[in-house]
Amino acid sequence: MAYEPGTSATKGVTEWFSSRIGGILVPVAATALAFLIGGLVVAITGNNPVTAYKAIFAGTGLNWFFPWVTGETREAAANDLQQTLILMAPLILTGLAVAFAFRCGLFNIGGQGQYWVGFSAALFVGTHLEGLPRPLHVFLAIAASILAGAVWGGIAGILKATVGAHEVITTIMLNWIAIFGGTYLYEIGGPLQGPQESIPRSNEVFESAELWAIWGSLPALHAGIFIALFALVVYAVILNRTTLGFEIRAVGFSPEAARYSGISVAKNYFLALAIAGAFAGLAGSVDLLGFKFSVDVGDYGTNFIAFTGIAVALLGRTRAVGILFAALLFAALEVGTSTRQLDPEVFEPALAVDLATMIQALVIFFVGAELLILYIWQARKLLRRGSVGEPEATP
Amino acid sequence: MAEAPLLQLSGITKRFPGVLANDHVDFDLEQGEVHALLGENGAGKSTLMNILYGLYHPDEGEIHLNGEPLRIDSPRAAIDSGIGMVHQHFMLIPVMTVAENIVLGVEPHNGPFLDLEAAEERVREISQRFGLAVRPEARIDSISVGMQQRVEILKALFRGADILILDEPTAVLTPQEAGELFEIIRSLQAEGKSIIFISHKLGEVLEIADRITVLRRGEAVETLPREGATEEGLARLMVGREVLLRVDKKPADPGEPLLTVENLRVLDERGLETCSGVSFEVHAGEIVGIAGVDGNGQSELIEAITGLRRPESGRILARGRDMTGEGARECLEAGLGHIPEDRQRRGLVLDFTLAENIALHDFREPPDSKWGWLFPRRLIDRAKRLLAEFDVRGGGPQTLAAALSGGNQQKVVIAREVSRDPSILVAAQPTRGLDVGAIEFVHQRLVAEQNEGRAILLVSFELDEILSLSDRILVIYEGRIVGEYSRDVSEEELGIAMTGGRGTEAA
Repeated sequence: MAYEPGTSATKGVTEWFSSRIGGILVPVAATALAFLIGGLVVAITGNNPVTAYKAIFAGTGLNWFFPWVTGETREAAANDLQQTLILMAPLILTGLAVAFAFRCGLFNIGGQGQYWVGFSAALFVGTHLEGLPRPLHVFLAIAASILAGAVWGGIAGILKATVGAHEVITTIMLNWIAIFGGTYLYEIGGPLQGPQESIPRSNEVFESAELWAIWGSLPALHAGIFIALFALVVYAVILNRTTLGFEIRAVGFSPEAARYSGISVAKNYFLALAIAGAFAGLAGSVDLLGFKFSVDVGDYGTNFIAFTGIAVALLGRTRAVGILFAALLFAALEVGTSTRQLDPEVFEPALAVDLATMIQALVIFFVGAELLILYIWQARKLLRRGSVGEPEATP
Repeated sequence: MAEAPLLQLSGITKRFPGVLANDHVDFDLEQGEVHALLGENGAGKSTLMNILYGLYHPDEGEIHLNGEPLRIDSPRAAIDSGIGMVHQHFMLIPVMTVAENIVLGVEPHNGPFLDLEAAEERVREISQRFGLAVRPEARIDSISVGMQQRVEILKALFRGADILILDEPTAVLTPQEAGELFEIIRSLQAEGKSIIFISHKLGEVLEIADRITVLRRGEAVETLPREGATEEGLARLMVGREVLLRVDKKPADPGEPLLTVENLRVLDERGLETCSGVSFEVHAGEIVGIAGVDGNGQSELIEAITGLRRPESGRILARGRDMTGEGARECLEAGLGHIPEDRQRRGLVLDFTLAENIALHDFREPPDSKWGWLFPRRLIDRAKRLLAEFDVRGGGPQTLAAALSGGNQQKVVIAREVSRDPSILVAAQPTRGLDVGAIEFVHQRLVAEQNEGRAILLVSFELDEILSLSDRILVIYEGRIVGEYSRDVSEEELGIAMTGGRGTEAA
């Protein structure tokens, strides 16, 4: 027949390898390698990497899951875990914002801008409409953030679909519009500045717009984590169970084949970026209604949550489960190395923050170098057989 | 044998994880002969030659050159032993000149400086000796594919090759260029060079080779002289069973016209008119073949008919309905099936599963989906049925399309198009890159669809294919239909019309 069974079997194995093993192996190996190199740096600075990592791990609150952790340590762990989970929610959502566009072959760097317009939209609804029942108020604020994020992403989508403007450029530009727009709104003398004239800060949302606290108080873990988990499910369902997802994936893999099947590439570019924006916008309202309640102009210069979201999407390989774990990893890393968690005796907190950033960067670097890792892995197997090379490919 | 052959490979065995690519293969080459290595895709031809060229190391076996044992552990060693290889995919630097490419790595120099004039002079000299007609100062990206191939041959000759390995050299060439290549091979032969010619095309092997070795599943099945060899015999050796090279075809019984193209003008990406007033009809139950050399407007014509390109003017009617300027989706819904010329880029989403690929046109409608909700189970069930019906091997509904061989990929495309029961089927290069067994399948299937009463438009660069399948043949040249022939026209007559010569109804 048209193929040699042996050859296609090998291809099948390679396929299976890169989709199954490679799918888990690469992110895990990248993470391990990043931590290893991070440990080396810790050692060079004259600290003990094992103690440092232990301290960081304790700071994440993940030790709360160990049944033998009791008493005061357990209470501290609970506090830390709450912070990790609070941070995890927007990381999942901004990760989804990158991942969704990615599935359509687009690189959405505009998560930060979409996050901020979603934030502002929710803030507007949350600071108005006093006296609404809480579920309705929360719902409206969240809906406003989703819509605003979708519009922000959709603008880049329309530009891509109609004139072919590259989404990387337009989303970056839209980021700055969102940042400066927000700065204008809440700065001293700005139209939406809060009650204190000398502070560039917005009003606080009404209590009726706040998300429900579910655990702890410092600040409390809020219901946002469930919204994020639900969004993960929505993401997977849209992509795998709807015709919309089918079209988006087809366009992402092969615009030419999609066009041939009568799928509108332009329409899907627009939809993918709008939906991506919706996820990021939702991240904004989750943060606002969950624990921030207002915004300080200074936040615009220090919040890079959506850029970490890019890392989450890449490490999670744009799969729902992957994004879940990647968001947990990055949230834990950030909380574990934050200044208030670490004992200066063990590890200098300032260094710890840098270490977190460095590990993040290394993870991204190694995930990006996935081909290299796969190559080394395969070459190792082939070398064991005493040869390097691949069988002839069937065209 | 009185004298040892020039080159002898004996008992070559090469294993890859899970595959025996070469199984104790014996192969020898006499001084001054053209020895063809014939086999289907994946039969182990390229592996064997890559071993000879030092890219792979054999697990077992020996190579002798002039009776002396030879160890080749790198292409460098192969070149030093006088072995040169022209790969299927050229390894040339597009922005450099012919001469610069040829001398790359062995530059003649004048002190520390590159002596480009000396290089060009030597290139010109070799080029003339073998009748290659290559201009040394031309830039690679400005010359045709056929010329680039000659540059590759020159590159090998420049490095002192006496044995030339040509890996599927005609795959990228037009029929004219292939003819010219054969001239070059003959002149190389006349100069005492020995050539290994890798191919899966029976006709050209019979035309050029002195001896033919057939590989099947990694084994050298037989080595035979050209004299007495037939296409049927070679096909049987290659595939391991009887193969019908010519499909049985009843005389067509054309019905009403289903596809009508009137005075169609189409532009390409650059805005150049590539179809200039094309008109024809395809009737129910007939195959109309469009013959022509690549690049005479066929691609744009097909794209216009299938809704992928908006025509400038003219009309396209499908079953009497005006489809001019409608999109791909409308065309699909109007009952038009399309086997596209590039199955990897257009016909399939390689990263989709077979089930998803089969659903590519129908996923919007029940039973595949309802109100935007997809039913993956139903996609898989249908795929399972169709994969069995079309004898697709190498994977199931959940296999990625990229994992299949070319022939099986094409079966998936055909299964999808035919299963939608189109009244019009446009087949563009339906057997490009496929080997004998798969070609047989595709041809039989197309005739079966014709017998179902579909109107089939076949576009192909392969004259053989056009002649054996078509009921009527149209020749396209520079965007115009320059002649219409019945199926008993001779290949020569078509060939002349295809290159702009006089046709019977020349425009």
